[in-house]
Amino acid sequence: MSRLVSAICAVLLLAASTFAQSKNAPKKLGIGQMATAEQIAGWDIDVRPDGQGAPPGKGSVKQGEEIYMTRCAACHGEFGESAGRWPQLAQGKGTLASNDPVRTVGSYWARLSSLFDYVRRAMPFGDAQALNNDELYAVVAYVLNLNDIVDDKFVLSKETWEQVKMPNANGFYDDDRETTEKAFWNKRPCMDNCRGPVTITGRARAVDVTPEDKGAAAQ
Amino acid sequence: MSQPPDQGSTSRRKFVVGAAGLVVAGASGKAIADNPKNQPPNVPEWTRTLGDGVGVRAYGTPSKFEKQVIRRTVPWLTATPESSVSFTPLHELDGIITPNGLCFERHHSGIAEIDPADYRLMIHGMVDKPLIFTLDELKRFPRANRIYFLECAANSGMEWRGAQLNGCQYTHGMVHCVQYTGVPLKTLLNEAGLKSGAKWIMAEGGDAAAMNRSIPLAKALDDCLIAYRMNGEMLRPENGYPARLVVPGWQGNMWIKWLRRLKVGDQPWFTREETSKYTDLMENGKARQFTWVMDAKSIITSPSPQAPAKSKGLTVISGLAWSGRGKVVRVDVALDGGRNWRTARIDGPVYDKACVRFYYEFDWSGEALLLQSRAIDETGYVQPNKDDLRKIRGVNSIYHNNGIQTWHLKPDGEVENVEVG
Ligand code: HEC
Repeated sequence: MSRLVSAICAVLLLAASTFAQSKNAPKKLGIGQMATAEQIAGWDIDVRPDGQGAPPGKGSVKQGEEIYMTRCAACHGEFGESAGRWPQLAQGKGTLASNDPVRTVGSYWARLSSLFDYVRRAMPFGDAQALNNDELYAVVAYVLNLNDIVDDKFVLSKETWEQVKMPNANGFYDDDRETTEKAFWNKRPCMDNCRGPVTITGRARAVDVTPEDKGAAAQ
Repeated sequence: MSQPPDQGSTSRRKFVVGAAGLVVAGASGKAIADNPKNQPPNVPEWTRTLGDGVGVRAYGTPSKFEKQVIRRTVPWLTATPESSVSFTPLHELDGIITPNGLCFERHHSGIAEIDPADYRLMIHGMVDKPLIFTLDELKRFPRANRIYFLECAANSGMEWRGAQLNGCQYTHGMVHCVQYTGVPLKTLLNEAGLKSGAKWIMAEGGDAAAMNRSIPLAKALDDCLIAYRMNGEMLRPENGYPARLVVPGWQGNMWIKWLRRLKVGDQPWFTREETSKYTDLMENGKARQFTWVMDAKSIITSPSPQAPAKSKGLTVISGLAWSGRGKVVRVDVALDGGRNWRTARIDGPVYDKACVRFYYEFDWSGEALLLQSRAIDETGYVQPNKDDLRKIRGVNSIYHNNGIQTWHLKPDGEVENVEVG
C-alpha cells in the first residue's frame, strides 16, 4: 500500500477500532432485523484469496471442458481466444510490457480466488449463479488449463486450491501516485511562456471513430 | 473495452455562414431552421392559443426542442449493450448538477429492476450482530445530503494513445455530479457493531453481475453513504435503485449499485474488478492496484466539438472541474495550447469532491485557437498535461487519464479534439 494510503489507514483504523469498541460509540438505534444463518448462506458467495468462502465440491479439467464448451465457448472461444468482441480468457503471455498488452487469466490475473469468485457470481453471462458447485470447480479448472496453469489431470477443490500458481502473481503493487507523481503537486504552476511553439500532432477526425449522431440527425 | 474498428463515421458538423456573417450551427448538422412568422412583428401561435393543461405532463420531460440532449453510446467499444457504457452529454449542460436522466450509465449485466418491497441490504462478517434492512428501515435512519461527482476510472481511457473521439461527451462523459440523500455507512456499521480486527468491507450488488469491491474500513467510516435518492427523487434504476453505495472521490466502479450486501473482513478480497479490471498497467508490465482516488481533472464543455462557437466577439468558455482529493480551488484556461495561462472564474457552489463550474469570457477575433483547461485542488495537485502523464504511466493503463484536453477552435467555429506537441 502506498505510504499515504497506509498512513491514512493507520490513523483511521485506530479511529475505527476505537469506534468499534469504545463505550462512547454512538447509541444503536435498534433498526433492522437480525440476519439469520440461512439468509446469509443464500447470499454469502464471495471467496477470498486464501480460499475462505469456497464452497464444498470439486471438479476436474475433463469435466470442465464439457461445461465450458456448452456454457462458455460461444462467447469466450473454444480456446479462450474470444469469439468476436467478447472478453479473451487465455493466451497473451509475455505481452504485458508490449505495445499491445493482452490481459487474460493466464497473462494478468494474480489470484485463483478472483477467477472463482467472479465466475461464481457473474458467469455464464445472462445466466448468473446457475452452475452448481462441482460444475463451478470444473469450469474454473478448465479455464486454468486453457492457460497452461494446471495439467489435464488436475482436479480443483478446496484441498488443491493452494497448488494453483498464477503466473502473474507478483505483477501488482499498491498505488504509488503520491510518490512517483509527486511532481504534479506544484505550488506555483507556470503561467507565462510555459512551453515552446505548439503544433498539432494528432486529430480525432483523422482517426474517424466517433459515432455518427443518428439521434439528432433524425429531427 | 476494445480498440476502435478501422472504419467508422464522423460526427462532422456543417456550418452555415449567415448573411450577417454569423456562424449558425445546428446540432443535427444543418442550420437551425427558424420561422420569421413566429418573430416580431408577428405574433406566434403560442401567444394566441392555449397550451397543455396541468397534469398532462405528470412527470415532466424537457422541451421537444431539446431532443439532442441525450446520453450516447459508442457501439464499437463493447460486445453487448448490457455490459457497456452510455455517456453524459456534458456539452449540453451547465452549472454543477447533472439531471438524473442524463447521468452516464455503466452496467455489467444490464439494469436490475428491483421491487422496493423485496429490497434487502445485508450486513455481516466481522460484526457483533448480522443485520438485514428493508428500504423502509434504511429510510428511518438519520439522513445526510451530499453533492459529489462520480467518475468512472476509465473516463478518457480511449484517449491514452492520442485524440480519438470527437466530443467531450465521449472523451469525458463518464462523470456526473448529483446530490445524494442517504444514511452514512458509519451509522449502519455502528448498528451492526464492528468486531476488533475488522479492516475492510466488501460491497456487493444485487444485479446479475453481483459487482463486488473491497473498501478499506477507514474510508467506509469516513464519508461513504448508502444513498437512496439523487437530486431529491429516488435513484433511477440505471443508477442503482433503490439503494447504492457512495464512495466520494473514488473511482465509480466502487459505488456499488443495487447494493445488497456489505461484508466486514480483515483483508481485501482482490475481486476480479480490482485485479483484471481497475488496475493500471504500466510500461514495464507491472500494474498499480487499489488506485482508488480520482485525481483533479477539468474539461471545457463549450465550445467543444459537439458545441461549436456560434459567433465572433464575446465568447464564453464554460467547463467543469473536479478532484477526488477535495475541493477544486482554481481552474486555469489557455487559448494557445498551454503556453500562457489565465485564471478562470468559478461560479456557483464549491463542495468537497464535487464538480465546480468555471467560465472564461473573452473577445474572439475569429482566429484559430487551442483551448485547454487545468484544475488545481486544495492539496496543491495541478492537472498534468498528457505527455507528462504518459512519461510516467506509458499508454497501456486504460484508467485514470486526467491529462489536459486540447480543443482546436477553428475560424468557422468548428472544434476538433486534437493532441499537441
Ligand atoms: C453470452 C456471452 C458469455 C458467455 C456464454 C459467458 N461469458 Fe464470460 N463474459 C462475458 C462478458 C460480456 C464478460 C464481461 C462482463 C463485464 O465485466 O461487464 C465476461 C467476462 C468473463 C470473465 C472475466 C474476463 C476478464 O478478463 O476480466 C471470465 C473469467 C468469464 N467471463 C468466464 C466465463 C465462463 C467460465 C463462462 C461459462 C461458464 C462464461 N464466461 C460464459 C460473456 C460471456
